[in-house]
Amino acid sequence: MTDPAVIRIEDLVRVYTMGEVEVRALDGLSLSIHPGEFVAVMGPSGSGKSTFMNIVGCLDRPTAGHYFLDGTDVSGLDRDERAEIRNGKIGFVFQAFNLLSRTSAIENVELPLIYAATAHTAKGRADKARHCLEIVGLAGREDHMPSQLSGGQQQRVAIARALINQPKLILADEPTGNLDTRTSREVMAVFQELNERGKTVVLITHESDIAEYARRVVVFRDGKLVEDRQVESRRSAAAKA
Amino acid sequence: MLKFLTILKVGLKAIVRNKLRSTLTALGIIIGVACVIAMIAVGGGAQAAVQQQISSLGTNFLMIFPGAATQSGARLFTGQSTITEDDVVAVRNESPSVAYVSPMARSSAQVVVGNLNWGTSIQGVGVDWPFIRSWNVDRGGFFGDSEVRSAAKVCVLGATVARSLFGDENPVSQTVRIKNFPFKVIGVLESKGGSTMGQDQDDTVVAPYSTVMKLLKRTTKIDMFMASAVSRDAVGEAQAEIEALLRQRHRLGPGQDADFQIRSQQEIAQTADQTSRQMSALLAAIASISLLVGGIGIMNIMLVSVTERTREIGIRMAIGAKGRDILTQFLIEALTLSVAGGALGVALGIATSRFLAWKQQWPIVLAPAAILLAFGFSAAIGIFFGFYPARKASRLDPIDALRYE
Ligand SMILES: Nc1ncnc2c1ncn2[C@@H]1O[C@H](COP(=O)(O)OP(=O)(O)OP(=O)(O)O)[C@@H](O)[C@H]1O
Ligand SMILES: [Mg+2]
Repeated sequence: MTDPAVIRIEDLVRVYTMGEVEVRALDGLSLSIHPGEFVAVMGPSGSGKSTFMNIVGCLDRPTAGHYFLDGTDVSGLDRDERAEIRNGKIGFVFQAFNLLSRTSAIENVELPLIYAATAHTAKGRADKARHCLEIVGLAGREDHMPSQLSGGQQQRVAIARALINQPKLILADEPTGNLDTRTSREVMAVFQELNERGKTVVLITHESDIAEYARRVVVFRDGKLVEDRQVESRRSAAAKA
Repeated sequence: MLKFLTILKVGLKAIVRNKLRSTLTALGIIIGVACVIAMIAVGGGAQAAVQQQISSLGTNFLMIFPGAATQSGARLFTGQSTITEDDVVAVRNESPSVAYVSPMARSSAQVVVGNLNWGTSIQGVGVDWPFIRSWNVDRGGFFGDSEVRSAAKVCVLGATVARSLFGDENPVSQTVRIKNFPFKVIGVLESKGGSTMGQDQDDTVVAPYSTVMKLLKRTTKIDMFMASAVSRDAVGEAQAEIEALLRQRHRLGPGQDADFQIRSQQEIAQTADQTSRQMSALLAAIASISLLVGGIGIMNIMLVSVTERTREIGIRMAIGAKGRDILTQFLIEALTLSVAGGALGVALGIATSRFLAWKQQWPIVLAPAAILLAFGFSAAIGIFFGFYPARKASRLDPIDALRYE
């Protein structure tokens, strides 16, 4: 049987233990996300959004429950297997951009290819990276260092890096958290365009107007899903820009 | 493979990016390797010089000392010498494998000429001594039987003594005073050159043993004697003959400890060789410590580097680097530092050795095996001390590493 969902999680629990204290960051969360969806994850601080994203992004493992990525249970994979999935199937964008400093934009974008299962020549890597920078609207900025780029541009480099291995799934943890309103919209336009090209996008945000760019909004509270709705009047970020 | 090359490039870039730090880190290894190589070169040179000097003494002579041998091989000398001039004459006349013999009486004294004086060793020897030591006179001549019989006040100067007391003047036929006795200089020995063991062979005065015994030592006993075999192959036979003859003359029964000891040139050479070998080993060991310290320097810097670059490691892991990839990257950094340091160290070590050879006139021997060994050792140190920091990096949790400030 084939599972139509890209992400299917069942009764996901993540408990952090710090000495005597136990924090149930995720407390029996179930959720399915289908190909081509654009989901905004919302909720108050400490509700478990990042914890959820880290597990979905295979950076972390659940304490209990199951996570099916493309129909395969990945909740029990070891470090190396998860690294392979992060490299090939998922593009992750962080709030803090997380680019390598003193490393040019193009080299940052190439980075995942170094660790890819299939080997690439230096030229092959550069070509792909240039293409990805073009997609995010940064053609011509290949040799800029992160310090020479604006926050929005840095985040777009990070998105280009997330795209390089052509993953079907793009995850972003508060990608606009460090950006002003105008650059936030620029970045959201990129996500919308990627979604239109068929990528499944899941992003965390605190701002409801950012969530309006998505097609579906899920709201967490205390590690549980409390709301799951479709966006009625979806905004287009590209229109106004 | 391609992936490995790319990771290699990543590691190299990190080194180039931190030029000063990389240089300082490598410096520990550079100095360590250079030290090891210079020390081995100097030690090897000293060893070779000792060898050469010992063979210059002549290879087929024996020294016969009074006193019994102890277990450690040292001579136990109990006051009275047990070897007499008659023993020496008997050895010469009755041992067919012995070519030359020379009684020895050693002393030391100030040699005075005008207002110059020079403290040196006075060797009382027999007429055969130049043949035993294969040491000829350069100017003048040597004394003969009549001078020995009459205990004549004549002497032959070593080259150093001649130069110190007479400068460019010819000392032959001049008079020197030794312990207030006037000695006529009848010859000057050819120069044997300096010694690595710290003694100058040319710093000596040779006189008839009878004169040294009577005037300088006021004794009737010789200290020891030397004998040379008729050929190099006959040394063993000569030793056996002398031993048998002396046992008989000293009325020693079978199984009784000898009251004399015979040492061959080969044994002396072996002892000297062993000593210089130990010396070289000690030098190399001391130098190795500096190499070890260099290794610890690498480990220290790599640990700092891993901590500093925690975020970078987190980023690499988040986008799919495996623990193995991170391990490789940091090991390559450590290995590159130590191998580059090792290569520069080899160059510096060779240069230092050459410099010492030129400036200090030290004999040096640059053995390729030693150079290879020092280089290999530095690479091994890179892997050994780089491994712990690299493994630490590879075991970081990506989420923790990304959160690290
Ligand atoms: N590494 C950790 N160790 C211990 N507790 C943790 C850890 N990470 C998160 N938590 C706890 O788990 C809960 C959920 O954290 P999480 O980071 O998922 O929240 P969030 O919804 O992303 O919040 P925010 O909107 O502030 O980013 C919080 O109570 C937090 O304190
Ligand atoms: Mg969060």
